[in-house]
Amino acid sequence: MKNIVIIGGGVAGMEAARQLLALGYTPIIVEKANALGGHVASWYRLFPDMTPASEIISRLKKEIAPANVFTGTKVISISREKGDYSLTLDNGVSILAGAVLFATGFKVFDASKKEEYGYGVYDRVITNRDLEAWLSGGEDKRISAPKAIGFVHCVGSRDLKAGNSQCSKVCCTTAIKQAIEMKEKFPKAEIYCFYMDLRLFGKKYEDFYINAQRDFGVHFIRGRVSEVGETIDGRLQVKAEDTLSGKPLKVQVDNLVLMSGMVCNQSVSELVRQARLDIDDDGFLRSRNNIFDILESNRPGIFYAGACTGTKTVPETLAEARAAALEIHNYLQNG
Amino acid sequence: MADFGFKLSKSSTLDLDRTDTRVYDILCKTDPDIRTCMACGSCSASCTAAPFCGMSMRKVILALQRGQDVRPMLGKCMLCGKCTMVCPRGINTRHLILSICKYYD
Ligand SMILES: Cc1cc2nc3c(=O)[nH]c(=O)nc-3n(C[C@H](O)[C@H](O)[C@H](O)COP(=O)(O)OP(=O)(O)OC[C@H]3O[C@@H](n4cnc5c(N)ncnc54)[C@H](O)[C@@H]3O)c2cc1C
Ligand code: SF4
Ligand code: SF4
Ligand code: SF4
Repeated sequence: MKNIVIIGGGVAGMEAARQLLALGYTPIIVEKANALGGHVASWYRLFPDMTPASEIISRLKKEIAPANVFTGTKVISISREKGDYSLTLDNGVSILAGAVLFATGFKVFDASKKEEYGYGVYDRVITNRDLEAWLSGGEDKRISAPKAIGFVHCVGSRDLKAGNSQCSKVCCTTAIKQAIEMKEKFPKAEIYCFYMDLRLFGKKYEDFYINAQRDFGVHFIRGRVSEVGETIDGRLQVKAEDTLSGKPLKVQVDNLVLMSGMVCNQSVSELVRQARLDIDDDGFLRSRNNIFDILESNRPGIFYAGACTGTKTVPETLAEARAAALEIHNYLQNG
Repeated sequence: MADFGFKLSKSSTLDLDRTDTRVYDILCKTDPDIRTCMACGSCSASCTAAPFCGMSMRKVILALQRGQDVRPMLGKCMLCGKCTMVCPRGINTRHLILSICKYYD
């Protein structure tokens, strides 16, 4: 039986491995980090049902135990060899694979690039990622009994100057989730979400929004934050236009949470070059077709799943991973 | 007073730290649904008074949230209730108008 290599052990890679195991294969996962789970392993709870992220990860880990997993390992070369792919790992192992699945995911936008928001300059400006880490029980001295908290939507997304014209899709819902979580922890705090549009496309997401408004009294202000400054007492002064009133608006907060978007993972560019894969305008891996062949690359035997082709939610990623396992199975049967 | 050839304009900036939302907070108790307004403007678009005098329930709710006096605008409402019929969030805007009147009585 031919080998199947899965590059990336986030939820996409793990779910694909789970399905391939069920189909009778023993896939090989190559994960560069020291643990499986990808980004989801560092989230606290998942929208819209507040499912603990650790539940998803530990379930997947358990179910893929029979797979071959290399963590802390990188693929250093990939080349076509007759109908197969020859891969070399940085631990010296080489593998001949009949099919390769890229499940290499995304990167979180580096918020310090948006200097006007003051990440890395002002102490109490944090990111969605920092907040997930704190909610998961991590220590963060920047957060202490806030009386007011602001959330800035679209940080590094829908922003041509930041090099990213796309909507990152998950961050409106994440902002609502985190706003509710902060309100649960600090019921007296005023919470302001600064948005341009609220994009709540998924099942139950709009209910989540109504919930935040009605039951938690989160304030939604339509206007992109233009600049942030620090007051003498270390609080943050936030400026935006209240576009619904057509007036400039300012407010002081104790923490400002930047909703950094999902951007392409450029660390795969060397592999992409070697395998001669196409990159899309947004920097993500280009599917052969964005409707019918999302999981297929421009090269035979190389498949995609999850956030490596664009922003995805966890359920979307899982669904793609399952479908990719089936595509690989069909390819190996017929190919 | 001497005329220096210029005048000082008041800042139009909305300062949320100095906004008095007491009226809004009280109305959130009698009419809790107003918190779910999503500023869609259906109410204002359907309002019979709007084309003639600029009545807008969307603006009334926003003004309450920004601590502004809504009485001048309310005087233009005819209590026809059309706005309530179209609100996609099911906010009883007509009831809200009555609650505001009651508060100021
Ligand atoms: C702040 C935030 C909160 C979110 N919250 C939610 C939520 O509540 N609900 C929800 O549905 N979605 C949420 N998402 C989206 C969710 O994180 C993604 O859907 C999910 O992580 C995609 O999984 P993935 O496996 O495709 O990618 P990733 O999670 O990025 O995993 C990719 C894996 O591949 C590895 N890798 C990358 N390159 C290589 C390489 N060259 N060699 C080997 N390994 C490599 C990485 O180390 C990583 O482990 C959130 C996103 C953000 C930014
Ligand atoms: S999901 Fe919302 S916050 Fe994220 S980029 Fe899109 S509009 Fe902006
Ligand atoms: S009740 Fe008042 S605000 Fe509503 S539609 Fe009629 S006139 Fe307009
Ligand atoms: S119709 Fe309802 S939701 Fe829309 S602006 Fe009016 S009150 Fe708000």
